[in-house]
Amino acid sequence: MLTVQNISKHYKEQVVLKNISFQVKEGTCFGIIGPNGVGKSTLLKIISGLIEPSSGKIMLRNKELASISQKKLAREMAVLSQSGLPTYPLSVEDTIMMGRYPHLHWYEREGKKDKEIVERVMEQTGVTSLREKLLDTLSGGERQRVAIAKAMVQQPKLLLLDEPTTYLDIHHQLVVLQLVKKWQKEAGLTVVMVMHDLNLASQFCDQLLLLNNGGIEKVGSIEEVIEKDTLSKVYETVPEIIEHPINKVPQVLLTALDELS
Amino acid sequence: MPLLLAILLVTVLVSVSVGSANIDLKTVFLILLSKIPLIGDRMDETWKASTETIVWNIRMPRIVLAILVGAALALAGAIYQGVLRNPLADPFILGVSSGSALGAALVMLFGIEILLFGKWTLPVVAFLSGLLTLFIVYVLAKVNRRMQMETLILAGVVVQAFISSMLSLIMALADEKMQSILYWMMGSLALTDWSYNGVILPIVLIASVIAVLLAREINILGLGEETAHYSGVSVKKIRIVLLIVASLLTGAAVSVSGTIGFVGLVIPHIIRLAFGSDYRLILPLSVIGGAIFLVSADTIARTILEPRELPIGVITAILGAPFFGYLLRKRKSNYF
Repeated sequence: MLTVQNISKHYKEQVVLKNISFQVKEGTCFGIIGPNGVGKSTLLKIISGLIEPSSGKIMLRNKELASISQKKLAREMAVLSQSGLPTYPLSVEDTIMMGRYPHLHWYEREGKKDKEIVERVMEQTGVTSLREKLLDTLSGGERQRVAIAKAMVQQPKLLLLDEPTTYLDIHHQLVVLQLVKKWQKEAGLTVVMVMHDLNLASQFCDQLLLLNNGGIEKVGSIEEVIEKDTLSKVYETVPEIIEHPINKVPQVLLTALDELS
Repeated sequence: MPLLLAILLVTVLVSVSVGSANIDLKTVFLILLSKIPLIGDRMDETWKASTETIVWNIRMPRIVLAILVGAALALAGAIYQGVLRNPLADPFILGVSSGSALGAALVMLFGIEILLFGKWTLPVVAFLSGLLTLFIVYVLAKVNRRMQMETLILAGVVVQAFISSMLSLIMALADEKMQSILYWMMGSLALTDWSYNGVILPIVLIASVIAVLLAREINILGLGEETAHYSGVSVKKIRIVLLIVASLLTGAAVSVSGTIGFVGLVIPHIIRLAFGSDYRLILPLSVIGGAIFLVSADTIARTILEPRELPIGVITAILGAPFFGYLLRKRKSNYF
């Protein structure tokens, strides 16, 4: 589905990403993890086409990303950016309807089919009761659900998420990730997400990419990446790895120390 | 929409009827009706020829010009506000009007008429100098690749102050032409005949069509540059097209009527307050609202101190500047 080939990015002298290559299989969830400032968001922005890489290329189903028109790209791929939706007095329903834009010709208005899709998605994401509300009156969790609804009506094959759970409480973190998971399972969606929370990443992703200083530290299955030696090296912290009592994936436990080691 | 159109029609009729010679509404209506092909052919003239001259050759050209200029300025304001995501943007406040005025004043001072353009020289030069001004303001306002609303307004003020001094310089140099340049700078729809309308009409028509076709994109731009990009909008392309269209409208308006301020600020705001923030409604309604506003303002300008006539820019500023202050106080966030 997605192939990243030798991507590098530098601003003048400063190297942000160097020689990144990996593949994401169709219908899987691919997590990008790593410490602050290692270029996770930059990598996601390059995959989304928002910024151009200094070298290397992105292939989307055997087609080069740079050759796909903006509108066509939006039919293939939806993105939930870190900045999210603005505080802007636009109704929830109108905002979600904007997700239909890439499917409409310039002379076309939103039709019956578009309205049905919006209705169905609002139902699925539980925002039907918010339809008249304005974006600037929503809570963080509601806003994120609206953003997911807008991405869903876009009907992409690939979804990119940049830290979708930041600023959310644990309940809403789960709600958002489970929505994405369900969508992935039902529609065969491919997901690429930048995650800060290693424990959630290991529960929701099939594959992980660990970035360090702009390069790949490790890429592979959850068990290969969430592993004591690798994480200690990258995060400069010694975590305990235990097994999740219910779904058996590795989880990271931090130990508070009296002194800084 | 039909309601606003009806208000516009009534405003026009009233505006034609009042003036140094009052003409009753019924006569005005009949004369205007007689000018419509097919219907007019079957009508009998029950009025004096001099009355018809006043209505058709003196008052109507001016009122139609007020409609077109008002529509152009309000539409330009609505586009600037949408594209720059800045509720205080307006051709006058951004300095585009002054930039156009400087270009036009230079043309008037030297009496240049570029052969290629003929009677289009003034609007073309006004458009280009307005666009250049917008570019300068934009570059000044962009700090660290981001644009704060306040910075944009400040940049507009700075550029406008500079341009004003240039305009003063031109007036100081142009002794005998000073009166006419000054009057025109304050904004006026006097000294109009039908030919002025021929220059601005096609621009307003084409710009309105383009703007309405791109209204959905303006709506999506409201979600922010990044989100708009992910939604499938070619942000850079659309933004450039729209900024050019708005500057073209401003240039056309300035070249026929001088700098008339605040129309582009006040009208889209009132429309937004009444009808919400969907640009598919805001744009066409601003066109009609701008027309109503300027026809009314011009009627006041030419009748309130009869027989003297006030510059229309004075009227719009007296109404618009306090409204600007009110908006500054009222806004809560960086958006609308």
